[in-house]
Amino acid sequence: MSRIAARFKSLAAEGRGALIPYLEAFDPDRETSLALLKAMPAAGADLIEVGVPFSDPSADGPVIQLAARRGLKAGSTLAGVLGMVSAFREDDTETPIILMGYLNPIEAYGYERFCADAAKAGVDGLIIVDLPPEEADVIEPHTEANGLDIIRLVAPTTTDERLPYVLSHASGFVYYVSITGITGTRTASAEDLQKALPRLRAATSLPVAIGFGIRSPEQAATASSIADGAVVASALLATLAETLDENGKATAQTLPSVLGQIKDLATAVRAAGGGQKAG
Amino acid sequence: MADTTEHGISAAQANSLRHGPDERGHFGGWYGGRFVAETLMPLLLELDQAYSAAKSDPAFQKELAFYLRDYVGRPSPLWFAQRMTKELGGAKIYMKREELNHTGSHKLNNVMGQILLARRMGRTRIVAETGAGQHGVATATVCALFGMKCVVYMGATDVERQKPNVFRMRLLGAEVVPVTAGAGTLKDAMNEAMRDWVANVADTYFLVGTVAGPHPYPAMVRDFQSIIGEETKIQMQELEDRLPDIVVAAIGGGSNAMGIFHPFLDDASVRLIGVEAAGHGLDSGKTAASIERGRPGVLHGNRTYLLQDADGQIDEAHSISAGLDYPGVGPEHSWLNDIGRAEYVGATDQEALDAFQLCTRTEGIIPALESAHAIAYAAKIAPTLPKDTLLVVNISGRGDKDIFTVAEHLGVKL
Repeated sequence: MSRIAARFKSLAAEGRGALIPYLEAFDPDRETSLALLKAMPAAGADLIEVGVPFSDPSADGPVIQLAARRGLKAGSTLAGVLGMVSAFREDDTETPIILMGYLNPIEAYGYERFCADAAKAGVDGLIIVDLPPEEADVIEPHTEANGLDIIRLVAPTTTDERLPYVLSHASGFVYYVSITGITGTRTASAEDLQKALPRLRAATSLPVAIGFGIRSPEQAATASSIADGAVVASALLATLAETLDENGKATAQTLPSVLGQIKDLATAVRAAGGGQKAG
Repeated sequence: MADTTEHGISAAQANSLRHGPDERGHFGGWYGGRFVAETLMPLLLELDQAYSAAKSDPAFQKELAFYLRDYVGRPSPLWFAQRMTKELGGAKIYMKREELNHTGSHKLNNVMGQILLARRMGRTRIVAETGAGQHGVATATVCALFGMKCVVYMGATDVERQKPNVFRMRLLGAEVVPVTAGAGTLKDAMNEAMRDWVANVADTYFLVGTVAGPHPYPAMVRDFQSIIGEETKIQMQELEDRLPDIVVAAIGGGSNAMGIFHPFLDDASVRLIGVEAAGHGLDSGKTAASIERGRPGVLHGNRTYLLQDADGQIDEAHSISAGLDYPGVGPEHSWLNDIGRAEYVGATDQEALDAFQLCTRTEGIIPALESAHAIAYAAKIAPTLPKDTLLVVNISGRGDKDIFTVAEHLGVKL
């Protein structure tokens, strides 16, 4: 069983959903982001999304754009991100790691080589924002050969007619984009989410995580109890950004602030229960 | 990575080079495509269907033909540039006068087609990206014509260097949003326009200005611009009783070039030359020559030649011309390059400035700096060619918007 499937199964047994925090690799530098990554599970992260900085993140809002720019400035490359994951795996062999990013750095790296190296580094799944199932044949043979999950985004605009097609290319879990918009902008209401979930549940047995626009512990608790997990990204990156000094360097506040926020989110998610499905 | 040469050869062996792209929007099986977030996929599929239906609907074609004739002012003339020909002393130079279209460039051909499509689809709000502002002005113009809401994203650097067009757009009722991300040029404006579209899918139509972006945009924009080449073919037949030997056009995203190339793709005797902006020089590191100095990758919804680093991060382009200042190019050009059907060359900022003055002085036509790149290359090769060679240069836009930039480079204070 993959790390992702095992984690959702054990959370279902616990009777709760997953907290899935996001960090941008190399933001604001490799050392700080690696320390953050390593400390996340103890703070309450059940799965972790690691953002791969890209020069043109056209589906992301200002917070992730700035984080990506800081990461690139600090020397992030795709190979460097894989190196971070390898370092994380030295201490943690259970927490699933999902890389989230855009296609071009992977195409530049080479699909086959990337999937082999990612699996070797201990990556479990990929979210490639600008790779719809229609174009996924470039990478699918290699993710499959290396046991990597491709986590598919499903959006409010995804029609009922299209949904089975998208899900037929999904593995690991399904990422429900709760709003039509870019990351870190609007927030969906609990009613919207409650309405959206039955449609997904009817179409897949994979766990469903909700992302885009989840900021507060209350919102994370709601989303993770309605679905199987809540992704929190921009809110954490915004906190990290606030702790940086005038030169954009990490300060003594950086790690405690972000980790404290993750703890608050985790407490709320754990208290909320839910998590109706297991992979 | 797929072997592009192999894909290219099989495509070249097909009966016609004009049938692309395939159903997935791929040219030669590799370039183009639909690389967008899931939120946008259903919209692209809807757009594809709507465009296919409109394309084969005589009522749509009739409506478009009416606006092209009575509002845009088509057909545009094919002008024999007698004095320039004489001065260069070689090939016979003809100019396709796209700068005479309403709003002063070829951009309105495409914009008119897409605004009629947006209306058919019931959209009420238009977003667009613009570099030099020509596409933004054309879009703002049709939005004024049809009473639609218009938001134009423009890099902050371009807002600064294309002030007259910014003022024009605002007069036309458009909201111009300066984009400060990155270098504040066309690439960043494109990112921001896509973000707007994702956030406003219900009522918004994204009116792309060039033959790039996710399918069906490259094919659709090409179709709307192909009227340039179709007219050129007929006009040259009337004037010289044969096809031209060489067609030269400037390339940023590549819509004016694709428009004039496409009707000639199956006429093997016609050399097609796309002139990219070499900026300070092809090897200066300050260039916008995506085909000559880039390699294939994925950006803004399509796979095409891109200026990028070894890690796949997109480089900033550089050109004196805001309209060519883009690190990518339309995917059909990438394919035509690989199969060798079109040639891609560069002209530097300085060569474009010289050609700008040459054209103005000898023909009384002030060309856009974009078009001046095409003129520069034509002027370079014309003296080496026999006098019976028929060479067409696409004058894609007029240069009134550029006089401030040119004055600055010539050391003149306006």
